[in-house]
Parts: sequence; structure tokens; C-alpha cells
Amino acid sequence: MELIWSSLPSLMEGALVTIKITVFSLGLGLVLAIPIAFGQVYGNKLIKLVISFYEKVLRSIPLLVILFLVFYGFPRIGVRIPAFTAAVIGIGVRSSAYQSQVFRGAIQSVSGSQLKAALSMGMNSMQAFVNIILPQAVRIAIPPLTNETAIVLKDTSLAYALGVIDLVRHGGYIISTTYRPLPIYSAVAVIYLIMTLTINLSLAKFEKKLKIPGIGIEERAR
Amino acid sequence: MKDKNILTVENVYKSFGENSVLRGVSLSIKKAETKVIIGPSGTGKSTLLNNINMLIPPDKGDIYLEDEKITMENIHKIRQEIGFVFQDFGLFNHLTALGNVSIGLLKVKKMDKQAAKELAIEELDRVGLKDFADSYPAQLSGGQKQRVGIARALAMQPKLIFFDEPTSALDPELIGEVLNVMKELAREGMTMLVVTHEMGFARTVSDEIIFMENGNIVEQGPPEQLFNNPRVERTREFLFKLTELYGEGGE
Repeated sequence: MELIWSSLPSLMEGALVTIKITVFSLGLGLVLAIPIAFGQVYGNKLIKLVISFYEKVLRSIPLLVILFLVFYGFPRIGVRIPAFTAAVIGIGVRSSAYQSQVFRGAIQSVSGSQLKAALSMGMNSMQAFVNIILPQAVRIAIPPLTNETAIVLKDTSLAYALGVIDLVRHGGYIISTTYRPLPIYSAVAVIYLIMTLTINLSLAKFEKKLKIPGIGIEERAR
Repeated sequence: MKDKNILTVENVYKSFGENSVLRGVSLSIKKAETKVIIGPSGTGKSTLLNNINMLIPPDKGDIYLEDEKITMENIHKIRQEIGFVFQDFGLFNHLTALGNVSIGLLKVKKMDKQAAKELAIEELDRVGLKDFADSYPAQLSGGQKQRVGIARALAMQPKLIFFDEPTSALDPELIGEVLNVMKELAREGMTMLVVTHEMGFARTVSDEIIFMENGNIVEQGPPEQLFNNPRVERTREFLFKLTELYGEGGE
């Protein structure tokens, strides 16, 4: 117990890096995913084909391989990037392939008659998407995105392989001086668990907050 | 004559693959007129409305709003001037009744918030739903939803309003409240083109009934003429069936 206590500051430092990678990769994934989903629903055949290729490729390659490709690939084209950035790009781009699927489903589940109504009052497609479709799609997407967030959080541990000093690597450092792998990895596991639960809880709260009154079970006005 | 028309449709054709839905339809509406389009399902009534505001562009034919030819270039401006009320309401589920009515004013007409809100409340009041401004669509009855749909169309201050079977998705008990709003609009001089099976409304409110079948206008004329002295036998047959089905519409 003493060992875990004394390791905590170092582990927390690692956890902070883990959180940073998670937030940045999810953000990158989200920024890419929304236009991808838009293109997939409203784009022409070529756009749809390119997007579907992009998704298939990213979802077929193990994340570790994607990370290595980013990490060793960028210097090849003359761009030097730190391991942290490589991890964010790799994890973020892969997450965009999954998040775009979530958003595509969510966009498609908003009824076509609402889009028709929006266009018929003079909105262009972009205005209709931003003002009518997206706000509803985001609400529908929250539960599956919660899932994706938890997956990304856990997958950041692979950044370890690039030399990023995240939670797992901090644990490794402590183990290399104390030779006590089990208690340290248990502590690491508990920290991941706490972070995942926190994400689930806060996104569930967020979902509740955004809930549209009258949809779902509750008393209806007459 | 054309300069007096609010809407002029000239020889519109539309096919979906092999299926030709509109085969040269022409019609016009003058200010403050209410015209009702009737006809069997699959006759192209809804397609015609969707062709006019280019939600589904026609294959051939010219359409004018007043003197302006409707094209894909001016369509966003034109659509602001043609209200559209849908069979399945098309209300925005994430917005309150007030939000539904004001969003077009805010985002399309770029009105400032306060002015948009005032106008939206006024239009909700006009359809009898001022007290429901803060309700979401899922909290409203079908009739209330459709009245919000009408208020939303009215708020844009359109030159005319299309109604595409506005009462077909409603429980019989709720049809009356929607028809009453529409009658009131007709009385106030709103220009309306209505696709409906409500014979009572067609008979008492419309200036002209247009009977369509198989993508053509079979006959059009004032309600008395169509009900009492149709020129075409098919019109008599169809009206007889509708009246049998929906009654006289007991005013």
C-alpha cells in the first residue's frame, strides 16, 4: 500500500498524459468524422466510394501498426513529429473512421421530412444540416460515442510503444526500480477504471441534459 | 393575364424512371385564391407541389412566382415565399413550437432575436397555440403539431402556401381544428394551393377544384360546377366515391 501511495504522484502525471491523448484524439476524430459522415450521407458516388475506402482501410489495420506508420512515415516525407503528436494523429484518425459511422447512423435516423421542411423554408443544405439535422444527430450519437470514448481512452496505452510517457509507461518506470509489477499494474488498472467510469457517468449526465422533452417515457401534454 | 397570377405552372412533366407521373400539367393561382387539388393516390398531386418549389425538380415545363421564373439559381429565395405544410408535419423535434416557428426567421431571414420571437408568438396565437409556445413537438397532439406547421409557414410571410394532404395523418377528431385554421386563412385572403380529400373543405372554401388523374388535369372549375355539373364522367365518378367515403364534410 505504501508503495502505491508513493507511486501515485508519478502515476497521476502519466494519467494526465493519457487524458491529453484521449481528448486530442477524440477531438481530431470528431472534427474529421462529421464532414465524413456528411459526405457519406449527402455526397455523390465518388465521395461515398472514397470515404468507404478510407473507413475500411482504417478499420482493418491494427492500431499499433497505424501508430508505427504515422510515427515512421511522417519523417519520411520530411515532417518530424514528436511521439505524442504521432499518437494523437494515429488514434484520432482511426477514431474518425468509427465516429463517422456513428454520426452517419445518427444523421440518417433524423426523419427526411424535417430536412424537406428545412429546405422548403429556404435554408440551403448546409443551414439545414447545421440547424436541424446535426443538433438531433448529436443527441442520438451520445450513447455510441460514450462507448468510443472509453475505447479510445484504453487504446491510448498503445502510445507506450512509440515512447510516449503515459500512464502505462510511468507504471513501467516504477516497476523497473521496485520490481513489484502486480501492485503497480493493479493501481494502473484502477486508475483506468476510474477514468472510464467518470466518462460514462458524465456523458450519461450530458445525454440527460440534452434530452428532448416528450421523447421517451414521461407525461405528455394533452 | 400572367402578371396578375401569383403562381403560374406551364406544361410541367416529371418521370421517375419509366413511370411518368406528371404529363403536361398547367395551372395558375391569383392572389387570395384557394385552389384544391383532388385525385386518386399516385396521380402526381404531391409531386406537382414538390416540382414547383424544386424539392423534386421537374423534367420539363416553366413555373413562375408572380413574374419570376423559378430556377435552381433563385430557389432559396423563392422557397421563402412559398409556405409548405406537410402531411407528416415535418416539425423539428429538437425545437419548441416557438423554435419551430422562429428558426426560419432567424436563420433564413436573419431577423434579430426579439423581432423573430414576437412574430412567431403572433403566428402561434393566430393558430390558437400561444400557450404551447414552449412545448416540444413530442408533447403536442397531431392537430396541434399541424397547426404549428401552419404557423411556421405563415411566419415567413409567404406569397402563397402549399398544403400537402395536411389532415391525412390526423385522427378524425383532430381534423376539424386544422381545417378551421385553414378556412380562417382563406377568409383572410391567404393564397393557398391545397391537396386534400376533405370534400367539405373543397366545397365550401375553394374557389376552384382541380381534379387530377394519371398525371393530367382531368377537369377544373368552381366547386358548384364540379359537384353539380361535371363535364367529364370520370369526375362525377370520383367525386361520388369521395363523398361516399368522407361524407359531405358536414359544415
